[in-house]
Amino acid sequence: MARMKFLCDSDRCIECNACVTACKNEHEVPWGINRRRVVTLNDGKPGERSISMACMHCTDAPCAAVCPVNCFYTTADAVVLHDKDLCIGCGYCFYACPFGAPQYPKLGNFGSRGKMDKCTYCAGGPQADDTAVEYIQYGANRLAEGKLPICAEMCSTKALLAGDGQIIAAIYKERVTRRGYGSGAWGWRTAYQEDMPA
Amino acid sequence: MIRILALLLALCAAGPALAQTAAPPPFTDRGQLSASELEFRAALKGERISGRVSIPDQQAANLIQPEGLDWRGFHNRTLAWIAGIAVLGMGGLLALFFLVRGRIRIAGGWSGHTLQRFSLLERANHWMVATSFLILGLTGLNLTFGRHLLLPVIGPVAFTALTQAGKYAHNFLAFPFTLGIVVMLLLWARDNVPEKADLAWLKQAGGLMGHGHPGAGRFNAGQKTVFWLTVFGGGIVAASGYVLIFPFSVTDIGGQQLAYIVHGVLAALMFAAMLAHIYIGSVGMEGAFDAMGTGQVDYNWAKEHHDRWVEAQVTKARQTVTPRDAKAAGAD
Ligand code: HEM
Ligand code: SF4
Ligand code: SF4
Repeated sequence: MARMKFLCDSDRCIECNACVTACKNEHEVPWGINRRRVVTLNDGKPGERSISMACMHCTDAPCAAVCPVNCFYTTADAVVLHDKDLCIGCGYCFYACPFGAPQYPKLGNFGSRGKMDKCTYCAGGPQADDTAVEYIQYGANRLAEGKLPICAEMCSTKALLAGDGQIIAAIYKERVTRRGYGSGAWGWRTAYQEDMPA
Repeated sequence: MIRILALLLALCAAGPALAQTAAPPPFTDRGQLSASELEFRAALKGERISGRVSIPDQQAANLIQPEGLDWRGFHNRTLAWIAGIAVLGMGGLLALFFLVRGRIRIAGGWSGHTLQRFSLLERANHWMVATSFLILGLTGLNLTFGRHLLLPVIGPVAFTALTQAGKYAHNFLAFPFTLGIVVMLLLWARDNVPEKADLAWLKQAGGLMGHGHPGAGRFNAGQKTVFWLTVFGGGIVAASGYVLIFPFSVTDIGGQQLAYIVHGVLAALMFAAMLAHIYIGSVGMEGAFDAMGTGQVDYNWAKEHHDRWVEAQVTKARQTVTPRDAKAAGAD
């Protein structure tokens, strides 16, 4: 089975936010929630670079480890998903997640939060594949249709890569060799405890 | 003029050379760290890597926050151990104490007379604090341990329903709990000011081990400890709890994580301490429960545990019956 990962080649990302928009549109993500965002480091300074970030689908995922109702599961493709019928919106996964991936719709009293929402790697959720209920709760299930995440497919510069970790790492390494530089795979050390030399 | 000519000449000579120079050195060649190295150093320092985002949610500007991993360790290991040891340890100690010392009886037996110890307001407030505290504590501990203890027993659907209800209870009962703490402070602070006699009481461990009863006023040193623990501990637990209820309204992710740590540790320790308070107020000591039940305590119980308070009450009562300036009938 594949080990699905994301890799953002920040030497290519031009902060066009096409991935963010594609994601919001594909899954009808509600207002105020961003499953993916583009962060620009050193904005306006030498060494400025942009990185498109979403849930990294971590190995030994911290969100799953702290969830008080244990509602996470990892698919055979190593995609980290959760069951919204079990989630209580406590916010613990956001405290534990190194990438700020979990999001909560604001609901009712106080700061009370609705059920957590995050990137599904376009793999839906625990409902039956490609059903209406799955779409409403989690968005499209492209993986079940044999397609990769829409963000990476839409990327105008092909900076954002999605797919099996070994394959996308090989593509990235080839780019680095050819152009002679690269700043490495953002988040890989934190998410996969894997060092990815530039 | 000559200088300008020379400059033009130099420029012409440099022209082709300029066109041939390579593109500006890439990011990593400018002494910048690679992603992996940056993440490693940030993790060592516990620093976030953040930048700028063009969406309104400024929290999203944090690219990587390595403290999340520490927080995971706190929640799953540190807090679980502290709470587990505190609560189970206290339970064990109390059971042991009960086996060794048994129920502490009223040495002089029931006198049959009672005197008022707590007013209706005092009792109502105590029970408001106590019930909200217990439910807050149990629903909180369910977040720490329920996943391992309860979830396997009742299954995921029932466990989510219970935990969700517990979360609402935890959020709403925060308010009566806080109100009760404030009222308690107003009602009882005066009688809980530490005094010299408390040292003697503490030295004799309140007579818990031996058989003598050290003297005490309305509250003894043990009760004063419980009082100040409730007021200060409860105050800090409440304050940190409100930070958690209104996430990100006063602080950022680091502050939320810290508030959570303070809340969890202090709440667990308080819960354990209150088990001892519950024990001594119920099964642990004959005659003690009535103080918070009916509000009337047995005269002998009161004399044994709060001698100076009884004296003061008796003096006060005598004065009400025969005011100091009243003269005996027929005296004038
Ligand atoms: C009085 C005001 C209080 C407020 C505002 C408050 C609020 C909170 C909040 C918002 C949480 C996070 C979880 C969630 O959203 O459900 C929490 C967790 C917790 N609270 Fe409280 N709380 C209060 C009092 C207490 C008291 C008195 C206790 C114990 C006796 C307690 C014990 C706990 C525990 C053990 C946890 C969670 C530990 C874990 O997640 O593993 N709380 N509290
Ligand atoms: S990135 Fe965050 S939400 Fe995604 S798997 Fe890792 S810890 Fe969980
Ligand atoms: S918000 Fe939901 S998914 Fe996240 S830790 Fe809480 S219950 Fe689990």
